[in-house]
Order: sequence, then C-alpha cells, then structure tokens
Amino acid sequence: MIRLERVHKSFGSKVVLAGLSLEVPAGMNTVIIGGSGSGKSVTLKLIVGLLEPDAGRIEVDDKNVPDLDREELAQLRGQIGYVFQFAALLDSMTVAENIRLGLVKRGLDEAAIRTRIEESLETVELSGQQERYPAELSGGMRKRVGIARAVALRPRYILYDEPTTGLDPLTAAVMDRLMQRTRDLGVTGVVVTHDMRSAFTVGDHIAMLHEGVIRQVGTVAELRATTDPVVRQFIEGRPDDVEPHPRRSVS
Amino acid sequence: MTVVSSLFTVHPPLYLPHVSISLASRLTDPAGLVARVGRWTTDAARALADVATWRPLLLEQMRRLGVDSVPIAIFIAVFTGIVLALLSSYIFTGAVPLYFVGALVGKTVMMELGPVLTGMALAGRVGANIAAELGTMRVTEQVDALETLAYDKYAYLVVPRVIAATLMFPIVTSFAMGVGVASGWITATNVLDLSTAEFLKGLKQFYLFKDIWFGLVKSASFGAAVALMGCLQGLGTEGGAEGVGRSTTRAVVLGCESILVLDAFWALVLL
Repeated sequence: MIRLERVHKSFGSKVVLAGLSLEVPAGMNTVIIGGSGSGKSVTLKLIVGLLEPDAGRIEVDDKNVPDLDREELAQLRGQIGYVFQFAALLDSMTVAENIRLGLVKRGLDEAAIRTRIEESLETVELSGQQERYPAELSGGMRKRVGIARAVALRPRYILYDEPTTGLDPLTAAVMDRLMQRTRDLGVTGVVVTHDMRSAFTVGDHIAMLHEGVIRQVGTVAELRATTDPVVRQFIEGRPDDVEPHPRRSVS
Repeated sequence: MTVVSSLFTVHPPLYLPHVSISLASRLTDPAGLVARVGRWTTDAARALADVATWRPLLLEQMRRLGVDSVPIAIFIAVFTGIVLALLSSYIFTGAVPLYFVGALVGKTVMMELGPVLTGMALAGRVGANIAAELGTMRVTEQVDALETLAYDKYAYLVVPRVIAATLMFPIVTSFAMGVGVASGWITATNVLDLSTAEFLKGLKQFYLFKDIWFGLVKSASFGAAVALMGCLQGLGTEGGAEGVGRSTTRAVVLGCESILVLDAFWALVLL
C-alpha cells in the first residue's frame, strides 16, 4: 500500500505540492491526472525517494520513505519499478544490458537473468530486440523497453510517468494494454498522465491533482459523472473561455 | 538521501562571462561551496565501500580516461621538449655550459611541465568528457533511473571515474615525461651544437629520483581533482543542453584551477 499524507514540496518560491494526501489501493492502477507542472511527476519521485518532501509522510508498505537510510531505500526500490517519461534508458547500453542492470543488482545468476530478459521483452512484444541500442529504437519502443526493465524486476509497484505522451494512438494503445497486463499480474500501478483516453482505459481509480492537492479521487465512473467544474473542465479538455458543451462526451 | 542537484546549483551573477562563473560563485558563497563539496565528497567516499558496483566498471574507465588520452599527452610533450631545449640554449649561450640544456629539459619536464601541461590537457579532455556524459545522463533522467534500480550513483558513476583518473594520470604523465625528454634530446643533438654525451651529462648531473615521483604524485592528485570536478559539475547539471554546456565549461575551468592550486601545494609540501 502506498499512502501520502499532507505532503508539501516546493522548489524555491514555487509551491508544487501543498498538502497532498492520497491512498493507492493494492493490486489496482491509480491514475493521477492534472495539468502540466501540477506536480504529478514530483509525486512519483517522492514515492520512490528521488526527492525529499518539505513536510508530510510518504508511506510505502508502512515505511515512511524520507526516514529510510540508504540501505533501506535501496531495498524499497527493489520493490518499485519506475517507467520514466522518456524511458531514461542508458544510451551506452543495449536493450538487454539495460534490463540486465537491475537484475544483476538483485544477485540473480546468469541463466535466470537471461530468462527474465527474454520474458520481459516478450511481455512488451519486443522479442529479438536485445542487441539494439536505445538510439536505434522509436520513442514507443524505448518506452516499452522501459516497462520491460521495470517488469523484469517483478516489482510490487510500478510507477509510470506520462507513459503515452508523445506516442501515436496505436502505440499509446499498446502501452495501455501493457499497463493493464501488469495490473492483471497483481502489480500495483501509479500512472501519471494528462491523456484522458489512457487514464480512463487503464485506471481503476483516478485522482485529479490541482493546485498542489488532490481535488477529487474516485473510480472511472465517478470521475466521468463528476460535477466539480475544475475536474470537468480538465477531463473535457476545455479552455477557460469556452462554455461547457451540453452534448459533449468525455469518453 | 541527498538531493545533489540542489547542492550543486551555482547561481552566478548574469553579467559575468562563463569563464568567471566558478570563481564568482566561490567569492560570493565560499562557505556554501565548501559545504557542498564536503558533503558530496563524503557521499563519494561512502560509495567506495560498494566495491561490487564500481570494480567491473574500472577497467573501461581506465581505458577511456587514460589510454585514449596518451596521443594528446605525447603531442604536447614532443613540442614542450623542443621548446625547452631551444629556450634553454638561448638563455645559456655564453653564460652557462650548453650541457646544462639536458639538466633543464630533464628537471622541467619531469617536475613541472610534464605533469602540469599533461594535467591541463587532460582537464580539457577528461574533465569535459565526464561532465558532458554525466550531465547528459542527469538531464535525461538516466541518473534517476540508476537510483530507481537500487544503484548508488556515486558508486556507479563517480568512484570508477575518480579511481581511473587517479591511476591513469601518472601513467600518461610518465609517457609524456619520457617523450618530452627524448624530444629535447633530439632537438639538442640535431638543432643545437650539443652531443648526446653532453646532453646526458647535464641530464644526469642534477637528476634525483625524487624528480620523477614528485611529478607522478602531483599528476595522481591532478587526476583525482579533474575527475571529481567533472563528476561534481556533471551530476549537478540542470536545464537541458544549455545546462550540459555550462557544466562542461565549469568542469574544465575548475579542473585547470585545481591543478594550479595543487601544483603550488605540492611544491610547498614536497620541495
């Protein structure tokens, strides 16, 4: 279980999170939506300990992440896969070496590592791409390798940072299917996105982040039926100066 | 857990040119710089214990930072030897016996110009290489990715580079010393009116074993400083391609400045 309680985070004078509280149910995909610069990616980085909060608690499996020492943090990160917005593959390494990196750290033997690499690439439908370098892959393929790198670790949680941003609709649909597939394997997912089609497809719960706090959280059906004007405006993708369209569907 | 990026951010006054950035920042916030460097060095030292992470990467870094730097070091040494021989002959003519050319070339190349000029050249090549590579990794979240895979970024990125540079700078410098003295000898015997026996007489007359190890100890410290500055600036990079450029410039400037400071330090301590 991931739980954030009254989390505050600022960068200089810019307040990004102003008391954010959120619970991520186990075994489900929770999608965090919100505008650009609203703190969605910062929230993910706080969960995995890449950033420290100014105040508040960030609990993963009942451990407060900011209180963990280096060893404990490394152990916790062994339970969490992280899919970066632009994949963040090490460009000096092949696809296989990128996936291998995390497995070596877990002390797996060579045969187990090879099996995991093949399995994870099969999961993301990239079998046979082991020896290619990130520069030789398309954006969508790089993101899928990012997922493979996370899935290969068999984590309990996967954090996805803008997984479908910048992808064509078909590749985005493939990404959505992968996120659903990992959820079906029992992995708890936290997906940060402003792609509403993807959010409604992969999300079991959706939380709207606005002005540093969670404005509304609920199931997909609850969000679709929301009467909150801010949430409604966001999911309809309607600028401030445009009146709501009575017949417009958010699906 | 340390948020390195915030520690390393340097905010120079905008009106200063880039070359003055490192100096300006130290003048405006010397205590802050010392604290940042101290904290960072502590983290890096702790990473030394993570041998399983850095040891497999060491040989590759030694090749990249050391072996690949030999050509530029030799190029500099050849011309240093030539200039020293000609210059000393010009200074000594009529006042000092010409075989002292051998003494001056040997002493100067081994104790000062070999280590310092090689160090400066490698500050450009190695320092810039490290800062640009780590800076790019930083802004493309590759460093964050390493951390989420449970790697210590200091053990994976910093320690192998610093150890490799510390070990390889003296080796590269020793090549430069040999080549510098040899080019001085070739110049003296072919351009000046000096025989090999006279050149060797001058070379041996004032030679001390300390001359060599003094130069090599210095160059090891230069290697450590250049690599540390490159890593420090690279991991502190913010803001895309422009940030990488800024970090690279700072790494080279700080590396060269560190070499000069260390050069004076070793002269005070060891001579």
